[in-house]
Amino acid sequence: MSPISSWFHHYANPGVFLRLVRPCLLPLGTISVILLMTGLIWGLCFSPADWQQGENVRIMYIHVPMAWLASACYVALALCGILSLVWRHPLADRAAIEIGPIGCAASALCLVTGSLWGKPSWGTWWVWDARLTSMLILFFLYLGHITVIRAFDDSFRGQKAAAILAIVGIVDLPIIKFSVQWWNTLHQPDSISLTATPTISLSLMWPLVLCTGGFTLGAITLVNTRLCASLMERQVQFFSRRGK
Amino acid sequence: MSRSPLLKPSRKTTRLWILCASLLCLGSATFLVLNAFSSNIVFFMAPSQLRDHPPHPSRVVRLGGMVVAGSLHHHPNTPDTTFDVTDGQVAITVHYTGILPDLFREGQSVVAVGELQTDQSFKAQEVLAKHDETYMPKEVADALKRSGKWDPRFGPPPDAASWNRMTATSHDQHP
Repeated sequence: MSPISSWFHHYANPGVFLRLVRPCLLPLGTISVILLMTGLIWGLCFSPADWQQGENVRIMYIHVPMAWLASACYVALALCGILSLVWRHPLADRAAIEIGPIGCAASALCLVTGSLWGKPSWGTWWVWDARLTSMLILFFLYLGHITVIRAFDDSFRGQKAAAILAIVGIVDLPIIKFSVQWWNTLHQPDSISLTATPTISLSLMWPLVLCTGGFTLGAITLVNTRLCASLMERQVQFFSRRGK
Repeated sequence: MSRSPLLKPSRKTTRLWILCASLLCLGSATFLVLNAFSSNIVFFMAPSQLRDHPPHPSRVVRLGGMVVAGSLHHHPNTPDTTFDVTDGQVAITVHYTGILPDLFREGQSVVAVGELQTDQSFKAQEVLAKHDETYMPKEVADALKRSGKWDPRFGPPPDAASWNRMTATSHDQHP
């Protein structure tokens, strides 16, 4: 067995995973709450209003982290799909079940907050431009994944179909990311990039960075807590069945 | 006849290769589809595109561009407005009846949904304001305007890297 495979299968053991992850949950959760509270209070109460959007700009402190989370969760979902299909990793399928709803909620919040921002700024709740449409497709992919992974009596078949769906859906992510560069859209291009100076004032950017970090750590904590709970639930079922 | 175990790929490796090949095919297919439909995916046409390739009359198109400074006219006591939209090459006059979005102003990018008339003017049913990627506090915008480095009516603000320098000189000039 190759070193990579043995490493995978070491952590595939639920007992090892629980021993490793459970002690990290409380510190992780605490850090994420602190980050999130700082970022949100700073962003919603103290950061300056934008010169033309006014106070509406504060929707960004929820909208941008949610858009990022929706994409990041989908990458995690697709990685779980690959781990499940190629290496038959038993934890990957459990993780995919737990990641789906969180990513779905993030994409829904991204669409709702974007719509609430769009009405006063653009003058419309919704347009079928490339960015908005590809994000809506991501939301539908999440809904499909959540449904498919629970749809079969034979859970293995459901997990296999969901893994394929998650991997196929990954083509939507570059479309979401680059839609504002490839085609002209109503949605504005990215303000923060790796190569150029941010076109967002630092007094607006720092709270945004804190909120994004807080939401990301919070989501990681949430997924791992759900995963631990589901593993322990399975252990309880196993022991109670053996006890009969 | 069996091959040497070293040469024979494991089932995991086979699955990984099948997956990579499928993803490659899927990616190429998506690329080709998006490439073929790229003219339908664009959300709006620039005035020069509209002038070069006039759409069928009575076909609803989206016209995107910047509102020309000084071209905005509100007709008194009516909700009618007239303004010019330009991409720097061609300007098209837009007639619109209705409420303009909050972000609408001269120098702003807008998208007008409507029909190109026979007299080359544009009758809009809906006007959307487009926000650019610049987010700046009111104080910075005021300082830039005060220093004369930027007039919002003539286009997007200067490069963000220069904001501090520009607003700093403004204080020297206007104590």
